[in-house]
Amino acid sequence: MTDYLLILVSTILVNNFVLVKFLGLCPFMGVSRKLETATGMGLATTFVLTLSAVCSYLVNEYLLAPLGLEYLRTIAFILVIAVVVQFTEMVVHKTSPLLYQVLGIFLPLITTNCAVLGVALLNVQTEHGFVESALYGFGAAVGFSLVLVLFAAIRERVNVADVPEPFRGPSIALITAGLMSIAFMGFAGLVKG
Amino acid sequence: MLTAILVLTVLALLFGLLLGYASVRYKVEGDPIVDQIDAILPQTQCGQCGYPGCRPYAEAIAQGEAEINRCPPGGETVIVQLADLLGREPLPLDAERGEAKDTPTVVEIDENLCIGCTLCIQACPVDAILGAPKQMHTILKAECTGCNLCIPPCPVDCIRIVPVEEDISTWRWPEPTIDLEQPVDAAEKTA
Amino acid sequence: MKRRLWHFHGGLRLEGHKDLSMHTPVTTAPLPARIVLPLAQHIGAPAEPEVKVGEKVRTGQRIARATEYVSAPIHASTSGTVVAIEERAVPHPSGLPAPCIVIEADGQDEWIERQPVADYESLDPSALRNVIREAGIVGLGGAGFPSFIKLNPGPDKVVDLLILNGAECEPYITCDAMLMQEHPRRIIDGLLIMRHALRAKRCIIAIEDNKKVAHTVLVNALQKHEAEFIEIVQVPSIYPTGGEKQLIKVLTGKEVPSNGLPIDIGMVCHNVATAAAVHAAIAEGTPLIERIVTVTGEALDRPRNLVARIGTPFSLLLEAGQWREADTAEVLMGGPMMGFVVPDLGVPVVKTTNCLLARPRSRPHRQPAMPCIRCGQCARVCPAQLLPQQLYWHAHARNFDRIQDYHLFDCIECGCCAYVCPSHIPLVQYYRFAKTEIWAQERQKQKADRARQRHEWHLERLERRKREEEERRRRKKELLKKSKAAGGDAAKKAEIEAALARVKAKKASRQTARANTENLTDAQKQAIAAVEARRQRLRKGSDSGGDAQ
Repeated sequence: MTDYLLILVSTILVNNFVLVKFLGLCPFMGVSRKLETATGMGLATTFVLTLSAVCSYLVNEYLLAPLGLEYLRTIAFILVIAVVVQFTEMVVHKTSPLLYQVLGIFLPLITTNCAVLGVALLNVQTEHGFVESALYGFGAAVGFSLVLVLFAAIRERVNVADVPEPFRGPSIALITAGLMSIAFMGFAGLVKG
Repeated sequence: MLTAILVLTVLALLFGLLLGYASVRYKVEGDPIVDQIDAILPQTQCGQCGYPGCRPYAEAIAQGEAEINRCPPGGETVIVQLADLLGREPLPLDAERGEAKDTPTVVEIDENLCIGCTLCIQACPVDAILGAPKQMHTILKAECTGCNLCIPPCPVDCIRIVPVEEDISTWRWPEPTIDLEQPVDAAEKTA
Repeated sequence: MKRRLWHFHGGLRLEGHKDLSMHTPVTTAPLPARIVLPLAQHIGAPAEPEVKVGEKVRTGQRIARATEYVSAPIHASTSGTVVAIEERAVPHPSGLPAPCIVIEADGQDEWIERQPVADYESLDPSALRNVIREAGIVGLGGAGFPSFIKLNPGPDKVVDLLILNGAECEPYITCDAMLMQEHPRRIIDGLLIMRHALRAKRCIIAIEDNKKVAHTVLVNALQKHEAEFIEIVQVPSIYPTGGEKQLIKVLTGKEVPSNGLPIDIGMVCHNVATAAAVHAAIAEGTPLIERIVTVTGEALDRPRNLVARIGTPFSLLLEAGQWREADTAEVLMGGPMMGFVVPDLGVPVVKTTNCLLARPRSRPHRQPAMPCIRCGQCARVCPAQLLPQQLYWHAHARNFDRIQDYHLFDCIECGCCAYVCPSHIPLVQYYRFAKTEIWAQERQKQKADRARQRHEWHLERLERRKREEEERRRRKKELLKKSKAAGGDAAKKAEIEAALARVKAKKASRQTARANTENLTDAQKQAIAAVEARRQRLRKGSDSGGDAQ
């Protein structure tokens, strides 16, 4: 039980995928302009990450490993991720066309989100079981969403503030992200290992 | 080797089937985004954007055929709102499409000159002109959108543009400006 | 027994400057030579004139009727002749004119026959409300909301508490204080009438604790049996305790919900002057034609309170207060926190004019605004518990969607935030700007929606016309085909003949209709003869080159 809790705390706070591992920076910077879109993106990524983590584990465990096809891991995982993302895209398009239009290109780009592939490969590397893989994926996504929402909220306020001319826009956003990263690295030592 | 190809093929087929089913199950009818874009446009129906009305322009934007900065009556407000909606960058108004008006306008018919030809009535996209053949024509100012499409067809040039009158109920407080050069005059109040 | 009081969030303790205008008792302002009565002196639809130019009117005569439910009639405040019904300058920060009825006073001040209500307690509350409505009474505290509506709780609401607002928290203004000092019974009697209309259980008259004389006078004027359900409560002199929602919080600890009204929590709040006006309407049959106006400020030699007829020009009142024009920097209608600069001093006193404040030139100039340092002082003093800093940032950036998330429309524009801002940012100007921009955008949107609808109907109409044309053409073709099959040319000839016959018949009928030369009456014959004679004369005249007339 504590192992599961440990995985969650580790992926959400201590080893946050965006701010500590520096994976998934593309949607982090690209979709964080408005709070509503950031929340939508967070939810979409959570769905994709959890599902793809589980599917990747299953494909690896019951298809690739028994047949000795571990070298096909990367391709197979990408295939799984691409399918899950495509599926998610269709669902989003149907349920919220506005979110679909707003997320735009970033929704299919979840396929290339290194955090998604990273989770799948890290699960194999750390030899997680089924539940652990699922929790790892879910925790990573929650951490991603948390940071995305926080960043979007800060960005909204910074955008209407009196920022000096040379720093307006992406510059101050990156500086903010850097400061957030330092803050999150302060969680190191919270969890051993 | 063979197993590898087989496995991948089977996997691909499986996923293909899944996606095929999903695409049918989650099919999207119509395009609600067009409605949302149309809701932002000012409905002047003037055609300055190059499309015959606001709805065709909205459809063009939704399909990515037109830029969001082609609407002069909407001005900067509409461009910013469209940019917000679609997650794009706001662009300056396309100067070729026309100039944004600083005050809203409507049109007025000079009744001394009107000959009752109904050409302006046919041109008005919102039927804001009252009249019949050989009868006096008059503009319903409350319904006029200021598109000015009635002005070219008039053979006696009796239609003129007038600004919309502002009264106490439509007056707006001006945006506070901060003059850094001089101290603010005592006439500007504390509250 | 000291009643328990609560605090509302924020607020400021301000210098009262009340003594300035309370040295002398209330006097009556001189009757002006000309009275200008705006048709919109209240919240709601403007009144519609009932009189014409040139008509003679008497004092108290209704000259404009209420048009909708939320509306109020206007009465002539002195007798005279209506000289104009046109746009005139009115007291409004925009300086724009509005439709007014202008009366040239005849100096007689001749009243209409007034009909007091003998026994209001026997009247049904709705009949009572009608009398109050017909008297043109609106909230005299400054809002101008038609009072009869606030005396109607509705079929399903119960009024636990009726509050009379005698707080008068804004500095310099003393009209309510003087009214309470000089005519306490009018206020209490008005309160009793309102209580009857609302079937309210308990009543409170709230006075700030800096008005000790008024408090004593009111307490002494209260009769023993009245004291059982009327309480006179002293509230702390914190600005803006006089705000309806803030006063309710102080007296009861309850908060009026955002976007809600006091009636939602079983309370109604009226101004003391409104109560006095209600009493006058019922006991004397007097409509609202005058009010007490505080004329004050350091640029006056004799600041005081005056009973002024509605429609009196500001300049008359300022002269009565002996203003030093050279010393005056500006004149405000209202107090220093919520008042606005009057651009033209000829504008008339309206029902909501509570104070004229003449600011001297010696007053320190407003310092220029500096950048916001995010100190948060504004949030500490906001009586509505809003975040003025966030409202400022979003108003500044023109984010009109986001700003509404911070409850912009709950702002009462009291000015506490701007008062404490260390950077002297004119915060309330930003909120007012944002509010009117949002209203303008909403109007725009409604207009656009209507235009879209009309355009769709326009396209439908064209569509329908095309369809009908095609239908007609198709039918014609069919007919032709049929006729061709039946006997070709003969059928066509028959149709042509039928058409010709129709045209002939039409021409004939037109001719017969026009040519009515049979059966003329004698009078008609004479008229025709006269016209013919005139025609002959003209012809002869034009032949010899005369006038073509």
